[in-house]
Amino acid sequence: MNGAHDMGGVMGFGPVLPERNEPVFHGRWEERVLAMTLAMGPAGGWTIDMSRSARENVPPPTYLSRTYYEIWLAGLSRLVVERGLAGADELDAGKALHPAKPVPRVLKAAEVGPFIAAGRSAERQMATAPRFAIGDRVRAKNLHPTGHTRLPRYVRGHIGIVELLHGGHVFPDSNARGAENPEHLYTVRFAARDLWGEAADATVSVSVDAWESYLETAT
Amino acid sequence: MHNDHDHGRGGHHHGDDHDHHHHHDHGSELSPLEIRVRALETVLTEKGYVDPAALDALVETYETKIGPRNGAKVIAKAWSDPAYKTRLLKDATKAIAELDFSGRQGEHMIAVENTDKVHNIVVCTLCSCYPLPVLGLPPVWYKAAPYRSRAVMDPRGVLADFGVSLPADKAIKVWDSTAEVRYLVVPQRPAGTEGWSEERLAELVTRDSMIGTGHARGVSHGGGA
Repeated sequence: MNGAHDMGGVMGFGPVLPERNEPVFHGRWEERVLAMTLAMGPAGGWTIDMSRSARENVPPPTYLSRTYYEIWLAGLSRLVVERGLAGADELDAGKALHPAKPVPRVLKAAEVGPFIAAGRSAERQMATAPRFAIGDRVRAKNLHPTGHTRLPRYVRGHIGIVELLHGGHVFPDSNARGAENPEHLYTVRFAARDLWGEAADATVSVSVDAWESYLETAT
Repeated sequence: MHNDHDHGRGGHHHGDDHDHHHHHDHGSELSPLEIRVRALETVLTEKGYVDPAALDALVETYETKIGPRNGAKVIAKAWSDPAYKTRLLKDATKAIAELDFSGRQGEHMIAVENTDKVHNIVVCTLCSCYPLPVLGLPPVWYKAAPYRSRAVMDPRGVLADFGVSLPADKAIKVWDSTAEVRYLVVPQRPAGTEGWSEERLAELVTRDSMIGTGHARGVSHGGGA
């Protein structure tokens, strides 16, 4: 969706303000939101793209007015409620009011190290050869899906050069709806002048990772 | 600092706001936001979906075990060992695994090298994708709108916000992490560090130098050494 999360090229947010000696977390609640989000991945059985979709699929003013971990809290709460793992009434009450649903896996403390170290590969074997090769000129399609997508608006319709091939990767647009449908993934490099016009810095290029169905041969 | 300013806004259209019932039974100084977080944890725990000890372990992992010191060791090794640098630039996932810094959000790593001619800078315009096993959790600015919006359009302006100025003819390559591939910048090795040990070199490698918003300590600019 064309949401507020898709920020590349939006103006007016002001300067970047790095915090000196920034702590890892700003308050205990942030720690708990991060940890709950990670731990509920195995329990909830949802994918990273479902989590991203739950965070970003909100009205733009809502997204922009939340801090990072507020966005995560809202996304996790939403997934928990939508999947029927807990009721909104329970989150309001701050206690369980209904029976629990069976979950596939509850992460135990002793499993945290292996869980983090294992990660979760997005790579999948592909039966088909990649359609594009390094050096090919490709155009990012002018797509505006209403669901989750990882093709940022600022490259849509623009021509770039295939820079890297990554093999098959889970396709986020469908993975957000529960179907991996892997596709070949590419890194595509765009000249800043092609993206932002002649006034842009000629020394700058911008590369994005793009799935095959985001791209078409440029003529 | 930003504890309760979410209170009462955003409406209730998605069932994800729970600020319409207050919890005054605790007698503590918790903000409405902190109360919501605690409520969620209590519910998830009572229902048996999460183990609070596992939550503690997750927090401890990212507070004490996984951070930019990991990435600094990778970079220092690449600076010291040309064969390792070759492996890192060819297959960063495997080369980083040699040092045991693999895992969640580092499953598909690419290392990009800064040179006299090219400076690399990494962003995630869509959310906050970041190579966690080597850099730890991202700083607030990396996740916030000013950086995400501007890094792809005006990287020199963003670098200026960090006090970094590059020669006008130096190419800038911006990497927008839109998939599960994660990028690690290999900063330029500072001049005058010949013969230094990896441990000593690692002290020069800052988090920002591995994102591309800074240089390694001891280099005033990337214009050649």
